[in-house]
Amino acid sequence: MPDSRSWLARPFTERSTQIFLAVLTLSVLAITLLHVLLPEGHPLHVSTFTVTLLGKYLCYALLAVAVDLVWGYLGILSLGHGAFFALGGYAMGMYLMREIGDRGVYGNPELPDFMVFLNWQELPWFWQGFDMPAFAFLMVLLAPGLLALVFGFLAFRSRVTGVYLSIITQALTFALMLAFFRNEMGFGGNNGLTDFKDILGFDLRTDAVRIALFIASGVALGLGYLLCRGIVGSKLGRLSIACRDAEARTRFLGYRVERVQLFIFVVSAMLAGVAGALYVPQVGIINPGEFSPLFSIEVVVWVALGGRATLYGAVLGALIVNYAKTVFTGIMPDAWLFALGGLFVLVTVLLPKGIAGLFAQRGWGRRSQSSAAKTESASGSRPIEEATA
Amino acid sequence: MSLLKEMATRDRVFDFLTPRTSPVDVTHGPILYLEDVSVSFDGFKAINDLNLTIDDGELRCIIGPNGAGKTTMMDIITGKTRPDSGSVWFGSRHDLLRMSEPEIATLGIGRKFQKPTVFEALSVFENLELAMATDKRIFPTLAARMSGETRARIEEVLETIHLKEWHAREAGILSHGQKQWLEIGMLLMQKPRLLLVDEPVAGMTEQEMERTAELLTSLAGRQSVVVVEHDMGFVRSIARKVTVLHQGAVLAEGSMDAVSSDPKVVEVYLGESDG
Repeated sequence: MPDSRSWLARPFTERSTQIFLAVLTLSVLAITLLHVLLPEGHPLHVSTFTVTLLGKYLCYALLAVAVDLVWGYLGILSLGHGAFFALGGYAMGMYLMREIGDRGVYGNPELPDFMVFLNWQELPWFWQGFDMPAFAFLMVLLAPGLLALVFGFLAFRSRVTGVYLSIITQALTFALMLAFFRNEMGFGGNNGLTDFKDILGFDLRTDAVRIALFIASGVALGLGYLLCRGIVGSKLGRLSIACRDAEARTRFLGYRVERVQLFIFVVSAMLAGVAGALYVPQVGIINPGEFSPLFSIEVVVWVALGGRATLYGAVLGALIVNYAKTVFTGIMPDAWLFALGGLFVLVTVLLPKGIAGLFAQRGWGRRSQSSAAKTESASGSRPIEEATA
Repeated sequence: MSLLKEMATRDRVFDFLTPRTSPVDVTHGPILYLEDVSVSFDGFKAINDLNLTIDDGELRCIIGPNGAGKTTMMDIITGKTRPDSGSVWFGSRHDLLRMSEPEIATLGIGRKFQKPTVFEALSVFENLELAMATDKRIFPTLAARMSGETRARIEEVLETIHLKEWHAREAGILSHGQKQWLEIGMLLMQKPRLLLVDEPVAGMTEQEMERTAELLTSLAGRQSVVVVEHDMGFVRSIARKVTVLHQGAVLAEGSMDAVSSDPKVVEVYLGESDG
């Protein structure tokens, strides 16, 4: 319900956001403490491997939140969000490559190994500046943001929506994958960027850096979640739902629907970029595989499983599916896709609103069908009074 | 010299200093003026040399058999369809043919569609909030806060459309008639100068119809209202002046009694219903 608070302060007053932030903070803290305080071999000790794995999940969760923002609240089913994730990852990867300096196999202080191998004499123009972390981190936001801006401007201006837009986003990520596979592109081709050594001068292989990256992923997820909740709870969020459900009607109210779509799409792409940038130093590699259309579709499955248009559902979906993936591919690698498919069918049949739908039924969600009647009878004109206060 | 003078007018330098008055100039009478408008779709002439004038504050009913071009006419006024020829003026200053849909909406032409389209996932209150005439760019919308003034305005409209007890409910659960009123309420939030209302009572109960008639007549005077309707009883209950469209042109115009006794009208329209 509209109220008089500013859009960034509003999320802190929402119960679901408070619970989400509390759970996230406590989990990140608990895992860090269990890792640091308990000796190795203790049954409750969390290994470095697990911490990094969880950090990876958190990056995926942020990506899922970004997808839910455009899919759940704007109705744009992007099957190409992996592209923005990968671009953010490449921006980070390029910085990490430059950070290697002369410690590469060929010992060239300027050129990354793969360029020396390809017999390149000097650094291509688009690699300039990536030795400066501030510039690289800016590019983490700008590269996906710009792509989304140009792509979105063209698509939304021509009023491409629905399944056509989904197909075009899919084509976008596929085209980028093919391009990045080529050695001439200057992004390491097939092998991508890897063999990273340092980040900001700290050795990537040390426990402290791994923990720091894990915590950074948690913080990024928390901030990204808050930003999205801020947008979704503002008048702009209600406007985006209006665009989702009745685009033509919204236009007649005098809103520029394509600008709403463009703005939210760009914000979402930037969040995906940040997720990719934090993902790369934790997995130690970025290659064109991240552009694969399959990956982007998988992200959509996480969000669908978790529950659309709730944001916390997207986080739950990403964590659950990826945990299941890790477990399954460990036990029976061949059965994973069947398990994923089965999970998807099961949730679609039994929980059409996803896992988050379970919470909404218990009155946790903002406005489920059953709870709407309840709040109404309980508090007649409460929102208006609340807004006055 | 006149240019210098203009530059010296300090209140023109900053837009916000100019007092906010409606830019629509109605000093010369009509608020809406269509002249020789024609449009055809694949050779079919939907509108054929249509001439129509609506006075400021008038409540006008437009009737006509199916395919007479009523909806197409609305589409032209709101900028959805571009005519092949002719001119459309809003007041004496604004050429609607040169403006985009959002620009026309912002200028003060509100349209209610035949099928009520409200934002079903949003509450009645939020529907009205979105419809309000205000800065509709992205960042002002993101930073928008609910002010006392805005709330008062929304509550006033809620009162007018009889949906006060429903303000917190999702618009999706409203009855058909209530959705129609909510739509009219959304139009009122835009403080329009001209309301285009397409078949407001289709599918309404007798009682809902009466309330709608009350609502529309109470609006006239403050706004100009153009109602397109099939229901003759309803038209008779609200109309002061009726325009009959036939094959994309005006067939007759006048009071309901005058029009319904016009032999041409009886032939093409009323005659059919008599058998």
